[in-house]
Amino acid sequence: MAEEEIKRRTRIQDVTRQMRKNKSAMFGLGLLFIIVTLSVGAPLFAPHDPHDVDLDRQLKPGFWSDDGLPGFYLGTDALGRDLLSRLFYGGRVTLSVGFVALGFAVGMGILMGISAGYFGGAVDNVVMRIVDILFAYPALLLALVVAGTLGRGIDKAMLAIGIVYTPQMARVVRGAVLSIKETEYIEAEHAIGSSTWRIIFKHVLPNSLAPIIVYSTLMLATAILDAAALGFLGVGAQAPSPEWGLALSLSRKYLVTGAWWAATFPGIAILLSVISLNLLGDGLRDALDPRLKGGAKL
Amino acid sequence: MKEYVLKRLAMLVVVLFGVSIITFVLVRAAPGDPAVNLAGEHATAQVLEQIREKYHLDKPIYEQYLIWIEMALKGDLGRSIKSRELVTVEIVERLPTTLELSIFAMIIASFFGILAGIVSAVRQYSPVDYGVMFGALFGVSMPVFWLGLMMLFIFGVKLGVLPIGGRLTTGIYLERITGLNILDSILTFNGEAFLDSIKHLILPSVALATIPMATIARMTRSSMLEVLRQDYIRTERAKGLSERVVVYKHAIRNALIPIVTVIGMNVGLLMGGAVLTETIFTLPGLGKYIADAILAYDYPVIQGFTLFFATAFVIINLATDIIYVYIDPRIKYK
Repeated sequence: MAEEEIKRRTRIQDVTRQMRKNKSAMFGLGLLFIIVTLSVGAPLFAPHDPHDVDLDRQLKPGFWSDDGLPGFYLGTDALGRDLLSRLFYGGRVTLSVGFVALGFAVGMGILMGISAGYFGGAVDNVVMRIVDILFAYPALLLALVVAGTLGRGIDKAMLAIGIVYTPQMARVVRGAVLSIKETEYIEAEHAIGSSTWRIIFKHVLPNSLAPIIVYSTLMLATAILDAAALGFLGVGAQAPSPEWGLALSLSRKYLVTGAWWAATFPGIAILLSVISLNLLGDGLRDALDPRLKGGAKL
Repeated sequence: MKEYVLKRLAMLVVVLFGVSIITFVLVRAAPGDPAVNLAGEHATAQVLEQIREKYHLDKPIYEQYLIWIEMALKGDLGRSIKSRELVTVEIVERLPTTLELSIFAMIIASFFGILAGIVSAVRQYSPVDYGVMFGALFGVSMPVFWLGLMMLFIFGVKLGVLPIGGRLTTGIYLERITGLNILDSILTFNGEAFLDSIKHLILPSVALATIPMATIARMTRSSMLEVLRQDYIRTERAKGLSERVVVYKHAIRNALIPIVTVIGMNVGLLMGGAVLTETIFTLPGLGKYIADAILAYDYPVIQGFTLFFATAFVIINLATDIIYVYIDPRIKYK
């Protein structure tokens, strides 16, 4: 390849090229795209109203059985609601809990990580001790206790999971900031008299983005698992929400009667969402941060 | 080394102080009148007054905290609203169930995780490697509660080969010595209870082991690959040592060092998993205890349990770090 051509490629083009070559990451991205599209566009794609209760069609099987009802491809739940439509609508709830929680964690984590990493000293000490204290709680337990004491509902679940992931993000950002702070171009910025804010927002933050993006993707995967777990335990989304964890929890007692589908499909939906994010995250890590290479591949 | 341990112990005190404040504030921040929260919804005005006096709710908040922490240090975490039993007594009663489940899960996770990781690293890019990594991807992405339910459905309901919940079949008698059923049945030479306890443990511990097993397999693989690339391994191969000796005698020992940390880190993950696993398999352990307490707004239990568990967790983490320094002479802490 000609030298000139190499020069002309920007970092983003570089990463995009690498990502395109990574089959498992592209598979993850595609899967994620499908899941998000079906959830966001639930009103367009769902064949039925997800809240349409009809006790005459309780726990009917889907396409695999002759007892199934036409048009109800994955069967119905205990209240006769269409499972497929509830999966689409449920994705909106579960995924948005994950996304909002992660958004909170990224925002707070950047704030804490930059103050700790860039200013150092006493600020660093205080921020990192807060991080240490939050790390003293096992993640799901902290989320459960925060959500449980605040009350029920998806807003509390979002806040609870957001708080849990904040210290992790703060550590990631701090680490990145520390290594960038020592580089020569930051020193040069200081020398020409750039303001602290300019240095932080124009140089330190943009150069810390790689690990932030990688860890956000991987943390989003576990945040979604936690969102569903809180729903499952009864402190997240509340009935009649079609949230995946809640749907699974409410359908589990029918497993014993042989109606396996109502509890099985929400679980598969959670699993596929998390897998897609993990594949994408591992791919991004390989492309953005070659030092961390070695995750799972398909 | 001594200095490192002392410094970590000093930090432990700071962290535990912070943990106690957060735990205290968290429960106080719960919506509603704390007296009503403590006494339950149906308490009379007179009872509420008694509660306020008894729990010093009429005093300033920092004084309330000091009283609470003083009691906690004396081993009194308050009483459950629901059962009226002491929280410490209930924790001690439920601890063996969770302990047994976690130990079993950790053994399964470590054994199969390390084994899979080694095989996968030794045959890098072979179908076995891809298979293991594909399995690990599923493992880390698995909603534990769903996996548990599916196993319960397949092995408990459809095939009917394993029990669907509980610790012991009703009708089987087991004398309680330690509360760990397996150990107790061995101590009392109770073969029937021994087999029955193991049967009850299989499904929940496999479900609980899934995520740690996957992370341990991934970690072992990358750690093994790292070690296999080292110069001393090349030297050994050059000396003509057989591949078996190189891998099993030299590489594994060094590769396993970081795994200790991963196993230690998984203790927290296990606790989160235990909440879900114990709920699914109706095991009377700590996970189900806290889940039930939260659903019942049993604040003294939430507060006491959280303080107890965070303390235990911090100490376990510290222990892991110290063990790590001992077994890896290359690491020197300032």
